Amino acid sequence: MIGFLLRRIVTMAVSLLIISALVFFIIKLPPGDFLSNQIAELRAQGEGASAEKAAFLIKEYGLDSPIWEQYLVWLGAWPGPNGFSGLLQGDWGWSFEYERPVREVIGDALWLTLAVNLAAVIFVHVVAIPIAIYSATRQYSFGDYAATLFGYIGLAMPSFLLALILLFYSNRWFGISIGGLYDPDFYGAPWDWPKVKSLLSHLVVPTVVIGLGGTAAMIRRMRANLLDELNKQYYVTAKAKGMPPTRALLKYPFRMSLNPFIADIGNLLPHLVSGSVLVSLVLSLPTVGPILLAALLKQDQYLAGFILLFTACLTVFGMLISDLMLAWLDPRIRLGRRSR
Amino acid sequence: MNRREVPPPLHYVDLEPFDPGTSEPQPADSEALANISSWRLMWRKFRRHRIAMAAAWILVLFYALIPFVEVVAPYNVAHRHNLFMYAPPQPIHLFHEGRFVGPFVHPYSFTFDQERFRHDYTVDKTTAQPIRFFCRGDTYKFWGLWQSDFHLVCPPEDGTMFLLGTDRLGRDLLSRIILGARISLTIGLVGITVSFALGLFFGGLAGYLGGWVDYVVQRMIEILRSLPELPLWLALSAALPPSWSPIVVFFGITIILGMLDWPGLARPVRSKLLALREEDFVKAAELSGASKGRIILRHLIPNFMSHLIASATLSIPAMILGETALSFLGLGLRPPVTSWGVLLHEAQSLAAIQLYPWLLFPIVPVVIIILAFNFMGDGMRDAADPYH
Repeated sequence: MIGFLLRRIVTMAVSLLIISALVFFIIKLPPGDFLSNQIAELRAQGEGASAEKAAFLIKEYGLDSPIWEQYLVWLGAWPGPNGFSGLLQGDWGWSFEYERPVREVIGDALWLTLAVNLAAVIFVHVVAIPIAIYSATRQYSFGDYAATLFGYIGLAMPSFLLALILLFYSNRWFGISIGGLYDPDFYGAPWDWPKVKSLLSHLVVPTVVIGLGGTAAMIRRMRANLLDELNKQYYVTAKAKGMPPTRALLKYPFRMSLNPFIADIGNLLPHLVSGSVLVSLVLSLPTVGPILLAALLKQDQYLAGFILLFTACLTVFGMLISDLMLAWLDPRIRLGRRSR
Repeated sequence: MNRREVPPPLHYVDLEPFDPGTSEPQPADSEALANISSWRLMWRKFRRHRIAMAAAWILVLFYALIPFVEVVAPYNVAHRHNLFMYAPPQPIHLFHEGRFVGPFVHPYSFTFDQERFRHDYTVDKTTAQPIRFFCRGDTYKFWGLWQSDFHLVCPPEDGTMFLLGTDRLGRDLLSRIILGARISLTIGLVGITVSFALGLFFGGLAGYLGGWVDYVVQRMIEILRSLPELPLWLALSAALPPSWSPIVVFFGITIILGMLDWPGLARPVRSKLLALREEDFVKAAELSGASKGRIILRHLIPNFMSHLIASATLSIPAMILGETALSFLGLGLRPPVTSWGVLLHEAQSLAAIQLYPWLLFPIVPVVIIILAFNFMGDGMRDAADPYH
């Protein structure tokens, strides 16, 4: 188990390294950078003095050095203007747009992003498992067809439009303001119970919207898995020997069909994370989504780079956790690896 | 031999000669089934899938319309009606004052509400303006070759026909949806072609060569699949220079969509190739002296092509949705080009939904197309294995 864990962690570190390089080069793809764009603008306005200040900043942040060197400095594997100071040393870089360190700009947003994504994962599982069990055990019943229909709608409805429509109607019918993560009265207020309650009520719509597509896919797969298991001999035997139906179902076929379900978290997470970015933009949630869009358009490279890397980290860590859970749940995987 | 000489058995035995053909009733066409090609078998199986067939017909209809969108749309995309901005949809009526007059619309006039700053439309129910068919309307350049002004449906003479309302510049929404179909529907096909080619190439390479090539391709697939798509799409489309013409941006976006989609296709190609290489029929072909190229082209590819086409069909909707999402955010296609995502970009604000809910209508074709591709893909996947 420990060898397996170590191997998985090493692979994860290597893929994170490659992802960080990929992310950095994609951000640097458009010609120019934040500061040189700013300099051009300032020159056009005839403000030579500020332009000189920006030119000084370019030197300061080493934006005139080759891309690979900038990347290594950002990573913290190459001495920059301030010595070794990069992601590896815990320095997340500087946001030119906000003129503040990246850590300060997105500090709160990171936690809220985590909260929204975690809520979406929990929502997907809590909703998908009972519906899948119901529609597999009562195949071709009315409820089964309803679940299938719901699944197809969840699959076909663009999440951002669903968010927009829900936003509109929940405001009109229930008077909930869902823009943002809590009521405007609570801005800057300390974290007490009413604020948490407000946060929870605002989390409902984003969670449902983000999770819907994933829920639909999960129900379909879980139903298929369960149906396969329900036709097997051991289940028929268990029932024939007089085992209570619920226990027979939950103890054997359900556990068997759960395996691919957990392995699927790895596929689910990238979709949830990217869905949450899009939905946050529409619902103007203070997660990293809106900040990312603005940073990409303004070429605020360290800010955009860090957020992209963070979203990638979320999925990579999620996959690691799902792999570990799978290994813990399924002896075939755990022992198979060890014997090899 | 005389039958009566056989000693009577202890249990009942039917003495009639046994013919396997008659004892078990076989489907009438089993003889034919054994002889037809696997593609024909798949077609038979697919045809039995009612919903998939219906979805396929819907898609055929939509795609067949693409070359003729200008003829089908009642107006030109860019035709602005300065007097009818944000006009609500005009329903089609058949009966006027209890009398059948064929399809017609009621004209409407508007007043500008200075206080609430919005257009108020009043419908004139006393007059009926019949819609014209096979008529002359806005001129357009058909296929960029010759001028024409022929339309299937036209607004009434001296009247308007905005079946789905108009947008902020007074452009007919129905016409814009019909014309936007051209971009929105082709983007999925072009994107899937890119992704199909990449997936076949990398998957084939990994599955056929094995060794370190396989290892590198597998790691590439893993990394690309672990990245959340949308932030990457955002980053890559933000990287497209704004100086590019809309058509080049269109191709840029499709290539981005395809480049991030291929791992989903490369994985099945690789595993299928690996599994099929060990099959008996490949060994048989090798032993009878077939060349490598013949084995790959005649025996391996046809075996997994059907699966591949089915899974490619299932990933087209993701691309259409991707384009819609990007354009909706203003990062995809830009206004002179009309796609469903570009149209939805105008419905982004809550004010738009509250005051002009008809601007959300482009969702309907998006949902129809995505459902149709999903149903058809499901049917194709079931049919892809005709021997099971």
